[in-house]
Amino acid sequence: MQKVIESTAISKKFRETQALKNISFSVNESEIFGFIGPDGAGKTTLFRIITTLLLPDEGEMKILGLDCITGYKELRKNIGYMPGRFSLYPDLSVEENLNFYATVFGTTVKENYDLISDIYSHIEPFRKRLAGKLSGGMKQKLALSCALIHKPKLLVLDEPTTGVDAVSRSEFWTMLAKLRQHNITILVSTPYMDEAMRCDRVALIQNGNILSIDTPQKIREGFSRKLFMVKANEKYKLITALRSYPETLTAYPFGDSVHVTLAGNQVNESLFDYLRQAGLKNVSAVETVAGIEDRFLELMEKEEKV
Amino acid sequence: MKDSVISVKNLVKKFGSFIANDNLNFEVFEGEIFGFLGANGAGKTTTIRILSGLSEPTSGEVIIAGFDAKKQAEKIKRNIGYMCQKFSLYEDLTVKENITLYGGIYGMSRELIRARTNELLDRLRFHEYENRIIADLPLGLRQKLAFSVAILHDPKIVFLDEPTGGVDPITRRQFWEMIYETAARGITVFVTTHYMDEAEYCDRISIMSEGKIVALDTPENLKKQYDVDSIEKVFIKIARPVNN
Repeated sequence: MQKVIESTAISKKFRETQALKNISFSVNESEIFGFIGPDGAGKTTLFRIITTLLLPDEGEMKILGLDCITGYKELRKNIGYMPGRFSLYPDLSVEENLNFYATVFGTTVKENYDLISDIYSHIEPFRKRLAGKLSGGMKQKLALSCALIHKPKLLVLDEPTTGVDAVSRSEFWTMLAKLRQHNITILVSTPYMDEAMRCDRVALIQNGNILSIDTPQKIREGFSRKLFMVKANEKYKLITALRSYPETLTAYPFGDSVHVTLAGNQVNESLFDYLRQAGLKNVSAVETVAGIEDRFLELMEKEEKV
Repeated sequence: MKDSVISVKNLVKKFGSFIANDNLNFEVFEGEIFGFLGANGAGKTTTIRILSGLSEPTSGEVIIAGFDAKKQAEKIKRNIGYMCQKFSLYEDLTVKENITLYGGIYGMSRELIRARTNELLDRLRFHEYENRIIADLPLGLRQKLAFSVAILHDPKIVFLDEPTGGVDPITRRQFWEMIYETAARGITVFVTTHYMDEAEYCDRISIMSEGKIVALDTPENLKKQYDVDSIEKVFIKIARPVNN
């Protein structure tokens, strides 16, 4: 199978800041591939190189079999890009924006309507409204429609769900999953670990480095120790007490509990005694399955130790 | 029972014929971490503006830190702190200058500002950065500083708007530990966020939909009540707007 993206040892520097270090990965056809990492990890820089808007300093980036430097003219016809910041024309209506993007790519809305109908139908009732007056969720749907209107082979979405509420975010991921039937490959970035589960494969990225690439399930399974979920009546006291417990390797707050790894890899009575002695009540500790975020934390710690 | 720090009774806010807040009733207690959730356009921002003394309710009774939102808005502003992810600190001022500026705005004395500045720099282990401008600090450090500055004047309540959006998982955890520590000191923390996993860290949460509060309880009880394993799923079940 032909790779849609093949990145080999890509590096990029801005003055003193090394934004990307030796980034290698590949993306298969019709795959939803996610880059998961915090702000400043290098996601946007990488996406700008892939969309031919920035040149890498070193390495080779092949998209749809073409080089991102020499093949940029051809590539731009085949890539749909939705930047992180809303970048449609706020003083044009919904319909005008869509027509404009279609015209720029030498096509018409009618020609590719089937591709966007699922998404665009949500905002079609507001087609006369100015894009600047749309809600966050509607802006996102319009931006996606505009990025798709020339029927790209590769769709690049830079943090499409940032600032959007949970209901709209969930709908958005459902729409992306449906695009697969049109043989569109999707590259998407997000700072939110929970969205990783909606991708076929993900790369965890931090400080310009890829920490891990795999299916979300395999990444979770990569967690190297047993993980315990500890709860008690006072959270702050619980964290401090767990940190001082001699057997504790790591202790991180996680929602209404603390996720803990222990040297002996098991919970025993001494932990309960220790926490009770610290004045905590209703202590419970059960083994839990590591999530993407647990694994990310573990990988970050290893990086820091190196 | 702990003291109520935010007390909202029959709060209504109208803009013309549009009802942004439709008869809200809730209380938030001393040292509580309260998550305030809702879809885009549900009316959260309107409520927060009223709770922070920036907007007057159309009707109803709103008492913040013992002050009436209708008559004592200026006193409310002195007793609250605010931090949002997008803007909190002046990027072209140094760490120390920002602290001094905010201390002055909060009406603190010079001696108090000096003492608190040292305390803050010690606690964050920030002395090496004190003369660096904010623009040169990594995002994680900025967030921690912004939070510390928001509680510099020992407010009764601190409002946080998506406090940990976009930060790495380690910084995020350190940030939540700061929030827990602050709440343990008796400061009430009022969090608004779109990210339901942030909501899981709160003591209690409310969910707003179309101007009304449609759920209010501990995350654990809400998950039980709706028989799901995450707040995200609770939210999707009950906060779905008609069209957004």
